[in-house]
Amino acid sequence: MTMNRRHFLKKAAAASAMAAVAAMLPGVLFASDIESDHFPPGIDWTKAPCRFCGVGCGILVGVQNGKAVAVKGDPNSSVNKGMLCVKGYHQTMCISSADRLTKALVKKHGKYVETSMEEALDLVAAKMKETIDRHGKDAVAMYTSGQSTIPEGYVASKLMKGAIGTNNLECNARLCMASAVAGFLTTFGADEPMGCYEDIDHANVFILWGNNMAEMHPVLFSRLLDKRLTRKDVSIIDLATRTTRTSKAADKSILFKPQGDLAIANAICYELINNGWVNKSFVEKHVVFRKGKTDIGYGLEDKFAFKDEAQPIDFEQYKSFLEDYRPDKVEALTGVSAGDIKFLASLYGNPNKKVVSFWCMGMNQHTRGTWMNNLVYNIHLLTGKISQPGNGPFSLTGQPSACGTAREVGTFTHKLPKGVVTNKKHRELAAKIWKVPYDRIPDKPTYHATEMFRAVDRGEIKFIWIQATNPLVSLPKTSRYRPGMQKKSCFIVVSDVFPTPTTDVADVILPAAWHIEKSGLYGNSERRTQYWDRMTDAPGEAMPDAWMTIEVARRMGYGDLFPYSKEKHHEEIYNEYRQFHAGKQHNMAPLAILKKRSGVIWPYIEETGKSTLWRYNSKYDPACDPDKDFDFYGNADGKAVIWQRPYEAAPEMPDNEYPFWLNTGRVIEHWHTGSMTRRIPVLHQAVPHAYVELHPDDARQLGIVNGQKVKVISRRGTTILPASINERGLPARGQVFVPFFDEKMLINDVTLDAFCPISKEPDYKKCAVRIEKL
Amino acid sequence: MPVKSYIAFPRVGMKEQLIEVLKKTPHCEVMPALNKDVLVLVTDTADDQEEEALRQILYGIKELAHLNLVSGYSDKINQTDEKSSEHDNE
Ligand code: SF4
Repeated sequence: MTMNRRHFLKKAAAASAMAAVAAMLPGVLFASDIESDHFPPGIDWTKAPCRFCGVGCGILVGVQNGKAVAVKGDPNSSVNKGMLCVKGYHQTMCISSADRLTKALVKKHGKYVETSMEEALDLVAAKMKETIDRHGKDAVAMYTSGQSTIPEGYVASKLMKGAIGTNNLECNARLCMASAVAGFLTTFGADEPMGCYEDIDHANVFILWGNNMAEMHPVLFSRLLDKRLTRKDVSIIDLATRTTRTSKAADKSILFKPQGDLAIANAICYELINNGWVNKSFVEKHVVFRKGKTDIGYGLEDKFAFKDEAQPIDFEQYKSFLEDYRPDKVEALTGVSAGDIKFLASLYGNPNKKVVSFWCMGMNQHTRGTWMNNLVYNIHLLTGKISQPGNGPFSLTGQPSACGTAREVGTFTHKLPKGVVTNKKHRELAAKIWKVPYDRIPDKPTYHATEMFRAVDRGEIKFIWIQATNPLVSLPKTSRYRPGMQKKSCFIVVSDVFPTPTTDVADVILPAAWHIEKSGLYGNSERRTQYWDRMTDAPGEAMPDAWMTIEVARRMGYGDLFPYSKEKHHEEIYNEYRQFHAGKQHNMAPLAILKKRSGVIWPYIEETGKSTLWRYNSKYDPACDPDKDFDFYGNADGKAVIWQRPYEAAPEMPDNEYPFWLNTGRVIEHWHTGSMTRRIPVLHQAVPHAYVELHPDDARQLGIVNGQKVKVISRRGTTILPASINERGLPARGQVFVPFFDEKMLINDVTLDAFCPISKEPDYKKCAVRIEKL
Repeated sequence: MPVKSYIAFPRVGMKEQLIEVLKKTPHCEVMPALNKDVLVLVTDTADDQEEEALRQILYGIKELAHLNLVSGYSDKINQTDEKSSEHDNE
């Protein structure tokens, strides 16, 4: 057994190193079969989705004597086919971190005092009730997560909207996916991608729009590289503002100026029309043209309000709008040569090439994020390259259940599990399933994420419960929202697995069960719902977030609405939730099926027991009108919308005082704010702290050498970081990049809280800073 | 009982020589990449002294340009080795 154990450890160590090399040098191949099973006997392997990113890789967790001892890729998962990235392999190592939250902590006279869960939950319920009684129901709020499970999101929505009757429910997916949602809804009338990861097996060209896939969606990127190795006709084009590991692995890297993507997308459409590459019959049958408001603002002021108004236009009007975007006319604005824009257009326009566009935060975290999503759909709609194997626009998600929980369950202020609060029919359905009076669900959205924390700062929200997220590291402009949260006017409850800068400001800290310590469901980027069973016990009094919500709801007097059992609540909740999506367009698979398979892509087809891989195409999607080849049934007329959306400048641009663009993002080793991955020694050692990447010429001009501490200063705040020159990424001249995972070097003290007026998603990719040597 | 894995970068043009040297170095298992100038090295030593002695040998290898620690299983580092210690003591 000792021999086996050593062998297993060596295999695990080798697998980690190979995964790390693969992340560093995409496309690398090793002869050794790292996946072969050389684990010692006596380990129970259970399937789950990965805890971390929106790729949603299938993992197998090895448990022995009640402890998680190993993680490997699930060879049965069609997402990752047994592969994992370096985060995936090491995920369970954070569980037993010495500072794990295991007991409820209540702040008394400025100090945290260990308290029983019973007492802490009593206090949370009493405070919530008292706040409602004294200040009204819109004085309480919940802020949840794209990392909450489907049952956790569902009971949060039911408590806030169905039981209490306030739309003060938001989640951190507003910060990463809201523009994708608004893009889908405005173009197709229904959220989430039409295609699936199998598109990768069919496409010839992958165009990555501001998406460092090699680090952010590493296993999917490996699938792209694998296709390129095994097929001659595959190419990868990286379109970005910074040179990354993705750019280095791509066949062509095109750098553009921040905000220039709006003009590039329009210029590609100009070229498609100008060269006669439009798929006329597709456009005539399946598309309408519209324009919306322009000069729409940036949401920088509190209580900013905006409502778009669509006006129909015709093809000729759209064509003449595009005259301003002739490739040579936008060279200066975009920094991209007319030749490169024509090259991109020729790839999209070539009828013999199948093209997938991928994007994620670069396009979504954008003050014109909804427009950018619309514009890439325009390209695919003009060419008819959509909803077919290997042809399609593909918006990737960041978080493991940004789709499954935030978007599908609808943990946003404007959403319901099906539809939106402003729609009477949707409110009626929710009221019926929740068994609450219809008029209890308010018909107006309240605060989106940024505005919710502004309302805390203004003293309007007097109670907030934050679950599974760390806003005081992840919000933009934390230099405002941290002092806002420290004010006495708001009672703050935070449920989490580890202490974070957000738990630091809490009045009550509730210890949460981690991923495999509870059963749950996540939904990934390709509409795949994945179920997992609890595998180990949570330490101390830690419990699933869903169960905390239920306990508080019961204490507030809503017990009849939350009749779930402790052992099976996740199942009972999912079965109730499934009713919302009954019908061909969004049917969710039954639990019994999800327990057996490594996920199912909705709409689940009852008759065949299969996933729907390509929506809106009647060959694959039974929800389509069978008399049509394509049916964009999210819109009443069955047609998708091509939107006329212009270039508009960013709200804050470099000037003499603040001469650099600041871009922020992630690194492969760390998950979001690092609260888990910084507690995993291998990942922490690999990237122990944040840094600021500079172009070597800018560094030389400023007299800065690699590793030297520098100040990154904006109009909002300052952060001190070591300089990184010619290391992982290479920003263009006049730009700097900082990863946001490090709570000790808070770059979000520096960022700007401007957002897309339609989606309300903040732009973390563009603001103006200056750099000073210490 | 440390088991460690490293990414090893050979000096330019010395990948094959580095593989040969590492193969002959005690406590080392080497897995070369097929298509890039990089190797994965797994070391398996009895205790911290042996580990340190090996590290000195590795740092002296002239064909080796750079060594990156990726993964380490030891009592101090993570739970996995707690399990291994239990087994090793059985
Ligand atoms: S790619 Fe994402 S889902 Fe897959 S193993 Fe890595 S972090 Fe997990």
